[in-house]
Amino acid sequence: MIVSATALVRTQSELLTTATTTPAQVAAAVPAATPKPGGIKIAARGLDFFYGEQQALFSNNLEIAANKVTAIIGPSGCGKSTHLRTYNRIFELYRSQTVRGEVLLDGRNIFESGCDPLELRRRIGMIFQKPTPFPMSVFDNVAYGLKQHYHIGRNELAEKVEMGLRQAALWDEVKDKLHKPGTALSGGQQQRLCIARAIAVEPEVLLMDEPTSAIDPIATARIEELVSELKERYTIVIVTHNMQQAARISDFTAFFYQGRIVEFGRTGKIFTNPDNKQTEDYITGRFG
Amino acid sequence: MKTRSLTLRRNTDRLVSLISATAALFGIAMLAWILGTVILKGIDAINWEFFTELPAPPGMAGGGLANAIVGTLGITAMAVLLGVPVGLAAGVWLAEFGQQSKRAEAIRFACNLLMGTPSIIIGIFVYILLVLTTGSFSGFAGAVALAIIMLPVVARTTEDMLILVPGALREAALALGVPRWKTTLDIVFRAASTGLLTGILLAIARVGGETAPLLFTALNSPYWPESPNAPTANLTVTIFNYAMSPYDDWQTLAWGASLLITVSILGTTIFTRGILWYRSKS
Repeated sequence: MIVSATALVRTQSELLTTATTTPAQVAAAVPAATPKPGGIKIAARGLDFFYGEQQALFSNNLEIAANKVTAIIGPSGCGKSTHLRTYNRIFELYRSQTVRGEVLLDGRNIFESGCDPLELRRRIGMIFQKPTPFPMSVFDNVAYGLKQHYHIGRNELAEKVEMGLRQAALWDEVKDKLHKPGTALSGGQQQRLCIARAIAVEPEVLLMDEPTSAIDPIATARIEELVSELKERYTIVIVTHNMQQAARISDFTAFFYQGRIVEFGRTGKIFTNPDNKQTEDYITGRFG
Repeated sequence: MKTRSLTLRRNTDRLVSLISATAALFGIAMLAWILGTVILKGIDAINWEFFTELPAPPGMAGGGLANAIVGTLGITAMAVLLGVPVGLAAGVWLAEFGQQSKRAEAIRFACNLLMGTPSIIIGIFVYILLVLTTGSFSGFAGAVALAIIMLPVVARTTEDMLILVPGALREAALALGVPRWKTTLDIVFRAASTGLLTGILLAIARVGGETAPLLFTALNSPYWPESPNAPTANLTVTIFNYAMSPYDDWQTLAWGASLLITVSILGTTIFTRGILWYRSKS
């Protein structure tokens, strides 16, 4: 295919020219349709973002490794969520928000006209800050997305819903109340319901936008555990305010400041021996 | 520094409280008076025949307003079918797509103007549009006039109710790969369902008592409503005609019709309040 071939060439040439902030594995990785663990799943290239006239992201370059957890950290208003929200083009809901540059998913630019946002969003699921159960039953919450994307019979639907709820470690708690409204669950359960809903449609990537900031510590611990399990099957990008959380669950960490990616690398290195003074100051709690 | 008289201040406070309480009581008393009069005068007309019989010719005993009741229900139902879908769609556009654009602001302004337009003008407009051109008064023309009155009410309440639905819920559905129109119909509408129903019921209550627009369009008829293309009996124009007639039994029927309309509108309003109350409780 011509398109992916040119994307491949472009990606490789960029790798040669911009060898500054890439993790060790990136050099070996070649974008392919289904990258091996450690390959690049998503790559942002020269990504600018605007809220109306105001620029919020400045030429972000970031590579998200497949089947790894990449954490995005930084002080409030630094563009973490904004960056994340370009990956599934959800910002397009708001007419004043515009993007420049490219985001490659398996080497193909998602902003090209050939990319269908509906299919893109099936492949890239998203979990939000506050749990967002739909106003319907627990079962229907998970079944709803499935029915959007697949022709599916009753029995298979029930199986897939159960599988989604099991993967989200929620099945045992809700198997007796599948037909109760999703909003009747506790906050932590609602968030896991949203995770079940997102993974039921068999995505490749999960975007998590501060998924634990609105729930209690015990529920947070469960979700962190879940994230570690889920990375075997999904590529995960998580925006978090909580630096301990980033240190606990992520393999790579990107530090954002004022719309720019200040430093990106292995989480162990970022938290113990960052190259950049700003990163160090933020991580040690001197600002932010 | 001299202290101001405590007594004077306390008495001023009492006086102001008294004046505002009296004003409030005055308003409520007027409502009670109207309700009381309508009930006292109308209750005599309410019997089995009132709901089942056609009006009797002047001078003959008995007769009811069955045709006007059916006519009003029919005209209102047609108005709902015409006005509610358009109003809902307009509200969806304003809340979900138009948002703060210039075009949306212009449409909002137009809605407000339309809401403030005297209903008699809408009656005359539809008279010119549908009665003069077809050469006949008709129940359909009446429904069109009522639909035009409902349209801005439904559009604005729909918009208000949809805006109350958290943006996160929309984003969650879209992020799942659901198209925009389905997100609106499946998720946003469901989340706002009681609010939307309230808006529609209030719009019905709003047009339930309209007389002027029907006077120019549906007119009235002593017969059963048979076709939407013919003059159609309805309660409000019947009240207008019968109340001014010299016959006692017609005047009684007019009181009965007034009672029926008042109770229906009151019932609808209380029902919608009930829905809102139930919703805020759960």
